[in-house]
Amino acid sequence: MSTRHDIIEQNMGLLIVLIILVVAVGGLVEIVPLYFQRSTTEPVAGLKPLPALQLEGRDIYIREGCNTCHSQMIRPFRAETERYGHYSVAGEFVYDHPFVWGSKRTGPDLARTGGRYSDEWHRIHLSNPRDLVPESNMPAYAWLARVPVDAEVLPAKLRAMRKVGVPYTDDDIAGAAAAGEGKSEQDAVVAYLQGLGLVLKNVR
Amino acid sequence: MSDFTSDFWAWYVAVITLASIIACALLLYTCSTERVSEGGQTGTTGHTWDEDLSEWNNPLPRWWMWLFYITIVFGLAYLALYPGFGNYAGVLGWTSTGQFDDEQKQAAAQYGPLFEKYLRQDIAAVAADPEARAIGQRLFLNYCAQCHGSDAGGGKGFPNLRDGDWLYGGEPEAIKATIANGRNGIMPPMGAALGGDDDVKNVAHYVMSLSGRTHDELRAAQGKPKFNSTCAACHMPTGRGNPALGAPNLTDSTWLYGGSEATIMETISRGRNNMMPAHKGFLDDGKIHLLAAYVYSLSSPQPDKK
Repeated sequence: MSTRHDIIEQNMGLLIVLIILVVAVGGLVEIVPLYFQRSTTEPVAGLKPLPALQLEGRDIYIREGCNTCHSQMIRPFRAETERYGHYSVAGEFVYDHPFVWGSKRTGPDLARTGGRYSDEWHRIHLSNPRDLVPESNMPAYAWLARVPVDAEVLPAKLRAMRKVGVPYTDDDIAGAAAAGEGKSEQDAVVAYLQGLGLVLKNVR
Repeated sequence: MSDFTSDFWAWYVAVITLASIIACALLLYTCSTERVSEGGQTGTTGHTWDEDLSEWNNPLPRWWMWLFYITIVFGLAYLALYPGFGNYAGVLGWTSTGQFDDEQKQAAAQYGPLFEKYLRQDIAAVAADPEARAIGQRLFLNYCAQCHGSDAGGGKGFPNLRDGDWLYGGEPEAIKATIANGRNGIMPPMGAALGGDDDVKNVAHYVMSLSGRTHDELRAAQGKPKFNSTCAACHMPTGRGNPALGAPNLTDSTWLYGGSEATIMETISRGRNNMMPAHKGFLDDGKIHLLAAYVYSLSSPQPDKK
């Protein structure tokens, strides 16, 4: 009975190198190439960075954990596209840092909510979902209407996004504070929701 | 798969994938060629711990070894059939979008003729068909119930569709146009145009008098001229409204936002702004036709309805 496995087991350096290779191979093959694929790195035609107020709305969306119950990822199945619209494509999310695809749907998918309801609907719904949908189990977010947006920090948020590759112009950043002036957090969330998925709206 | 920025990445994926599979196969082979020798004698690794503790140097059990070989074969077969090996598309030519398109085609073949059949009938005839209404109701629950309620009873600011009272007209074609193109229900804030709070209150009492609500007659009399000069442009001098503009009839007991003094005053001074989104494009003509028929059937008695 030979003991060829001794070669690996008794050479710590070799063992470490082989372990690193085994652990890394999945990431090297499945993750690294995504950074060099056009469909995952280039925006779809017409995609624009979120306006300042919508970016603030997105931050509130994340703060309130909306992505815990709402996905933003329509899969390419008929059952989903019938209800929500065109399936999501990677190029729609290249300006999202981080993305908020979510992984669970207690509520419906929101990837193409933009324009599906009126602003008024969103205001009532955020303040008390059961005023509109008696069957709803979504919590009420009534305070959003009362809390003002901190407009001062918006330029910094846009600059941070620009650092990670979102093409905001100097004009965007200069106008960011004014865009948030006098707005409530509810205004920001509604603006964000109304902008979701418009790039591929009404594409079947 | 073929949208790498450079062909290098296709080779990179292919080479690492193949090299890993070969490395796994080699490792498995070298560890499994040695079998337990005849007579069941197996050596130990040669170490002895704690005086008499040594370790058998047994090879992998055969069933276990074969499972590993099967996974390797499975992996190679998968890479041959499906995309994954660099730019190679796989023998089956499968893609997720291709699968989706097939699903859509199959659905179009299955449901298309049904929608076609109803599209050839006019909406009133479709509304009389119980099967069509059942389809329409399912579509309604999916696309319309969020605003109009699952019973189509509406809510504050969202019209009740069962009561036979229509802002933009209840003829089948008007309903279909509303669903397809949407509506903008805007009442501008009239507080400043009317004067002060007192004027708003006077007009509110006149509005309440139109539908026979309890009101202050003196205030109503003072509000009437203001109503005629300002509100009548949309709501008409009679107060019966104008379906061309979506201006509500103020003489009936249907209130979109509420008919109390406070709510009417709020409506007058701050205005109302709500809209129904257009569904053309999102929903195809067949679905809109069935939805219009279902909505029409809700307030028009159908012969077979109980």
